[in-house]
Amino acid sequence: MSYLFNTPDDQRAMLEAIGVGSMAELFAQLVPDEARLHRDLDIPHAMSELEMTGHMQALAAKNTACSSRPCFLGAGSYDHFIPAAVDALAGRGEFFTSYTPYQPEVSQGNLTVTFEYQTYITRLTGMDVANASLYDGATAATEAAMMSLEATGRRGRIVVAGTVHPEYRQTLQTYLNCLGVELVTVGYNETSGTVLPADIAAACNDQTACVLVQQPNFFGSLEEVEAIGRAAHEAGAMFVVSVDPISLGILKKPSEYGADVVTAEGQSLGNPLHYGGPYLGIIACKQEFVRRMPGRIAGQTVDRRGKRCWVLTLQTREQHIRREKATSNICTNQGLFALRATIYLSLLGPHGLRETAELCARKAHYARTLLNGAGGARFTVPFSAPTFKEFVVRDGAGTVEALLADAEQEGYFAGVSLGRWYPELADCFLVCVTEKRTRAEIDGLVGELTSSPVGLTAELTK
Amino acid sequence: MRNTRALSPIFELSAPGRRGATLPPSDVPYAALDEILPAEARADALPDLPEVAEGDVVRHYTCISQLNMSVDTHFYPLGSCTMKYNPKRNERLASLPGMLDLHPYQSEASHQGMLQLLFELQQMLAEIAGLEAVSLQPAAGAHGELAALMTAAAYFRDRGEHRTKVLAPDSAHGTNPASAAVAGFDAVTVRSTPDGYVDLEDLKAKLDDQSAVFMITNPSTLGMFERNIKPIADMVHAAGGLLYLDGANMNAILGIARPGDFGADMMHYNPHKTFSGPHGGGGPGAGPIAVRGMLGPYLPAPVVAFDGVRYRLDYDRPKSIGRVRSFFGNVGVLVRAYCYIRTYGGKGLREVSENAVLNANYLLSKLKHIFPVPQGDRCMHEFVATASKIKAERGISAMDIAKRLLDYGFHAPTVYFPITVKESMMIEPTETESKETLDAFAEALFRITEEPADLLHEAPHSTGISRPDEVKAARQPQTSWPK
Repeated sequence: MSYLFNTPDDQRAMLEAIGVGSMAELFAQLVPDEARLHRDLDIPHAMSELEMTGHMQALAAKNTACSSRPCFLGAGSYDHFIPAAVDALAGRGEFFTSYTPYQPEVSQGNLTVTFEYQTYITRLTGMDVANASLYDGATAATEAAMMSLEATGRRGRIVVAGTVHPEYRQTLQTYLNCLGVELVTVGYNETSGTVLPADIAAACNDQTACVLVQQPNFFGSLEEVEAIGRAAHEAGAMFVVSVDPISLGILKKPSEYGADVVTAEGQSLGNPLHYGGPYLGIIACKQEFVRRMPGRIAGQTVDRRGKRCWVLTLQTREQHIRREKATSNICTNQGLFALRATIYLSLLGPHGLRETAELCARKAHYARTLLNGAGGARFTVPFSAPTFKEFVVRDGAGTVEALLADAEQEGYFAGVSLGRWYPELADCFLVCVTEKRTRAEIDGLVGELTSSPVGLTAELTK
Repeated sequence: MRNTRALSPIFELSAPGRRGATLPPSDVPYAALDEILPAEARADALPDLPEVAEGDVVRHYTCISQLNMSVDTHFYPLGSCTMKYNPKRNERLASLPGMLDLHPYQSEASHQGMLQLLFELQQMLAEIAGLEAVSLQPAAGAHGELAALMTAAAYFRDRGEHRTKVLAPDSAHGTNPASAAVAGFDAVTVRSTPDGYVDLEDLKAKLDDQSAVFMITNPSTLGMFERNIKPIADMVHAAGGLLYLDGANMNAILGIARPGDFGADMMHYNPHKTFSGPHGGGGPGAGPIAVRGMLGPYLPAPVVAFDGVRYRLDYDRPKSIGRVRSFFGNVGVLVRAYCYIRTYGGKGLREVSENAVLNANYLLSKLKHIFPVPQGDRCMHEFVATASKIKAERGISAMDIAKRLLDYGFHAPTVYFPITVKESMMIEPTETESKETLDAFAEALFRITEEPADLLHEAPHSTGISRPDEVKAARQPQTSWPK
């Protein structure tokens, strides 16, 4: 029976009220026989809560949780600390089991949160308007690019830095394929690990709708965003920046270097790793682009008695009203994760966010300094640009896959290998150091990597 | 006077010097910040956030949460949204560290249990759909629609066919035509008949060799199983097109009818509806898609593969449309869907749909005398009633009724959708409600019809706020707290 209410007696009474003799008779009136499935679904037998718990614990036991060992994995999914109050509050059924605030009179909790969330995002980015959320960092960057096509009326080209998260670029490519818009990728400088503003300028033509960069970039390095923004604007293109929201605790706001639209992956703001999703797509823009903004937006108003309250607003952009002329097809978004981000930022406050960002930067700097030249110069840091909480390490022995597998055996998630996206960096991996990592863990990682034997076969990775 | 301080926006609770979190001191050797991050890249000021104590945060979010109606607290018959009970056990199971604390780039060897779960979910969704290939990547229903339309476009391109149109009925969700546009197609609207079925003549007139896909919601947004589904599928296929099933209403047909069996070539699921993932105040959802074998090679990559010994992520899919998002998918939602499906088993899923349909028909039988149901005496998991009679007689609108229901302690149905029925109220009780609740809801609606019109125009009366001024919100948009 699981979660059902109807007893056999209830069912009989209800069928009688409807005027049919049996469930079979009811469905015979509703579904043509030729469309019916005349067998049970081939799905394993039902399980009680006790059985299901055992089953899931057995599956979970075949996984190694990042919380069970030092985790230096990043690349768009980050192991930041989550205060207990985030889980306690976001787990309340009134938030968890409600839906889109179609009835604002009984949704003021969610609408207040959305309004606070939008405020936090505009203040962190320096933009004028944020929406209620998108799916993730990749689709947020993609939606920003789509906005730029409409806003500029230029539908020829999008210019993207090769240092934007490879999966964001792949997502953007998938969308642009449908529209016949060219995606031009600007390669990075091999010395700095960043794109050169001159290369961005050279890639822009008079049909370029926007330039998209990531700050800090996929390698953790700081791009010359001010010069890149200038290059974009000189070409008449919009400047879209994908940021790490934690970095905004210490780095300049994107508004200060000319961004028109700012996007981000909001997972790091109080959301668990979750094997890559659900995450939180953040998007914010200057006022002039608000009518092109995708998704829900909450706004303040008053009720009939003049009392302050909040509603969904500017809905004539959205699919349920505009259908094929909408700014996007998005409907359900990531409300729960925007809520978690809001609670997280409320708890951290200005000092907590600054300190978190600073701890990341200090600890990553320490790890980077230790690893550069470690193992008798086996390990080096190939890129010169300053980095925030991630940096690239080259294994001079060229055995990254075996190295990382060996580290895993020894109890470390040491980093993400880069060869899958950048063949020329097949001997490199990306190390991420958040505020959670201790000096002892960093020292332990360096000790483990430098003692890892050279020449292990890649078999270990299997 | 009642103390409502905690309900104020958090900015009004801020006081300089308060903190809700303390970070440890740095334990690594000191380095000047200028050595780490150049001064010109750093912010001049602290982030502009309120300063509040942890106690402020807890009381504020607890108190404002209580301004929401939710499935945990109220009957929530929001048509098309399947607001069913969200099992607490699934929250605990999805939060096991071995499920929750997994990084998308950790080695395959270190998360074989998760890959096994996702592989089994792919298989179960294929079985429920009666279709062969599944992608778990899309992040929501609308995202699934888009990914499937992109898949169809790649399929036709590969066959050397250039098809430009996607058709959908006028009763379809707005996401259907919107997804068609994002995928680069021209959206074409097909008429519905007054009783909610696809107008076959209009479909016939609009199908041609430029038609790529016909998107159908079955059961329809009017809660009817499309009686002509087989002829429709035949017509679409005869024109060389593909039939897409919008799976929003799968809660009515689990184990009863399979989309692949009745002619659909592609579909998406809404696991947050059908498989009880909590709606989270507006997401996250998920939007896995299932397609026929011939479309499988074009699905987003990666998918989970199994060689009999080990599970792995298969990226080697040269015909794939590529990615539609980062990482694997909305795994947290998918894990809950897996738990839900395994909790019921094959036979149990059919009972879910049987009881969802029974509840809806029972409620319809009680309400049809008060609010006419244009499509007739029977429905699947939901039905669309109209307030147009009472509107004509007494000036009481569907909106008035919806707002007054809030006073009676019920969430309102979906109103004014689908757009094909005037003064529509779309009611979906779901299977996780009792006969007593349905009786009480019908009784409340009956009483409302006997109340003075003025009382209803001013409703709700007992909620924290009365009806908001939405025009003001749109004309003078204030979308963030002033500095």
